Amino acid sequence: MPAGLASLIYLVSAALFIMGIKRLQSPDTARNGNLMSGLGMLIAIVVTLLDQQIVSFHVIIAGVIVGGGLGFWMARSVKMTSMPQMVALLNGFGGGASLLVAGAEFLKAGMFGEPLAIDTNITIQLGTLIGSVTLTGSFIAFLKLQELMSGKPLTFPLQKTFNALVFLAIAVLAVYQVVVPGHQAEIYYAMVGLSLLLGVLLVIPIGGADMPVVIALLNSYSGIAAAMTGFVIDNQVLIVAGALVGSSGLILANIMCKAMNRSLANVLFGAFGGDSAGGSTKSAEGLSVNEVSVEDAALRLAYARLVIIVPGYGLAVAQAQHAVRELADLIRKNGGEVKYAIHPVAGRMPGHMNVLLAEANVPYDQLVEMDDINPQFPRADVALVIGANDVVNPAAHNDPSSPIYGMPIIEVENAQSTIVMKRSMNPGFAGIQNELFYHQKTSMLFGDAKASLSALVGEIKSL
Amino acid sequence: MTESVILGIVVFTLATFLGFELIQRVPPTLHTPLMSGSNAISGITIVGALIIAGGDFGWISQAIGFAAVVLAMINVVGGYSVTDRMLRMFRKDSESS
Repeated sequence: MPAGLASLIYLVSAALFIMGIKRLQSPDTARNGNLMSGLGMLIAIVVTLLDQQIVSFHVIIAGVIVGGGLGFWMARSVKMTSMPQMVALLNGFGGGASLLVAGAEFLKAGMFGEPLAIDTNITIQLGTLIGSVTLTGSFIAFLKLQELMSGKPLTFPLQKTFNALVFLAIAVLAVYQVVVPGHQAEIYYAMVGLSLLLGVLLVIPIGGADMPVVIALLNSYSGIAAAMTGFVIDNQVLIVAGALVGSSGLILANIMCKAMNRSLANVLFGAFGGDSAGGSTKSAEGLSVNEVSVEDAALRLAYARLVIIVPGYGLAVAQAQHAVRELADLIRKNGGEVKYAIHPVAGRMPGHMNVLLAEANVPYDQLVEMDDINPQFPRADVALVIGANDVVNPAAHNDPSSPIYGMPIIEVENAQSTIVMKRSMNPGFAGIQNELFYHQKTSMLFGDAKASLSALVGEIKSL
Repeated sequence: MTESVILGIVVFTLATFLGFELIQRVPPTLHTPLMSGSNAISGITIVGALIIAGGDFGWISQAIGFAAVVLAMINVVGGYSVTDRMLRMFRKDSESS
């Protein structure tokens, strides 16, 4: 195939990626968009195979079968609650592949004794650095999300200084490699080793609760690594695709940071969520909560005109998504309206709660974003908070000493009444007391979310 | 700098701007599929992996190529299929039984 023709067909792939992402602007067209993007990938693979650079197919066929099989199996078997882990792993694999390609190009040049062009050399060093950090960083994120490793920030004295020194060493080695003629494989290996180490070092001080930001950022890195590979092998489609993914990850990381009222720097270097961050600001002593029975709660829900359900990750932990849908169906059958208020950090990654509820057959048009649902609370008869805590804590509005002060929240306190379903009075993720629970409009329904929801459903049915 | 690198930088910059424009319009409800789907797109590095694995540069290079193809294929196949699995679940109210 003439090189020019191959380039033009790669352009078709790039166009399909762009159109695919554009179709993600609505859930109606999104599936079709994903298929278009996949078609673009298939075209890119076929063109590469037909291109003259491929001389043997054995290794390729073996790799495609093994990798494709593993990927397909992972995609089929993963639970929706484990989606953050899955994305973390995929990020890591993408970064790892980019690292290997950059490394192979470096070794190849050494084998033929050809000095690398300076610009190719620079992009190999960059691709190696970013690919390595993505690989090991994602792996640590996976371990933390899977709880194979403590979600607490892992810190040690002079950590930032040490990390900075490691980064400096990598930079020195990379610059040396580029500037000094000759092909020093040992220096390259040392740089790979240090880059892999840097990936670990950068993610261990970040708390489990901040992992959504980390995987979004690593998503961005995996894209940039792919773009660097594009420079190395001089292929535009990699550069376009990598840049698209790079910007996507960055936007998502930013959205998550805003939703937590923190800066990206604070998330990455702040070691938030450790024992030190736990100081509860207002003592709960002397305050009493109103408990409500299942019967009373059922009665209030059955005759409500508008119920706004605020799901938190506790709902998913209790596997209660189907039970909540059942309850919502019953309320609607009784003539009430049901909406779900989704905080951007309600799940363990951006948009996670939406996927979990979609899996339980909750129609997506009942899921309302924070900014759109907040003005509707004054007309809600009941706000039903299930397994959510910090995202409904009014301290974010009225207690400047609170660690979450300034964080945008779901304004449940404006509803006519609130029912909070909770296992116990233990404070949430950030270890902060929630005054909402002590509010006179609030009633607490203690117990396992799934069991309570089923009891509510049974009770309403028998009304 | 060679002309192809300059061209690459131009393409990279324009594609980044395009990415920002496109992705800001993706609604939050689709952010998880966006992440897994864009993840699959970053598997485009498969192109480089195939070239390494299919080249005749000795066994070391082929071993690296094999590993690269495996990782990139997991990324591509896993990313697209899990995204499809999620997007199939999204449905509108009117479609409910």
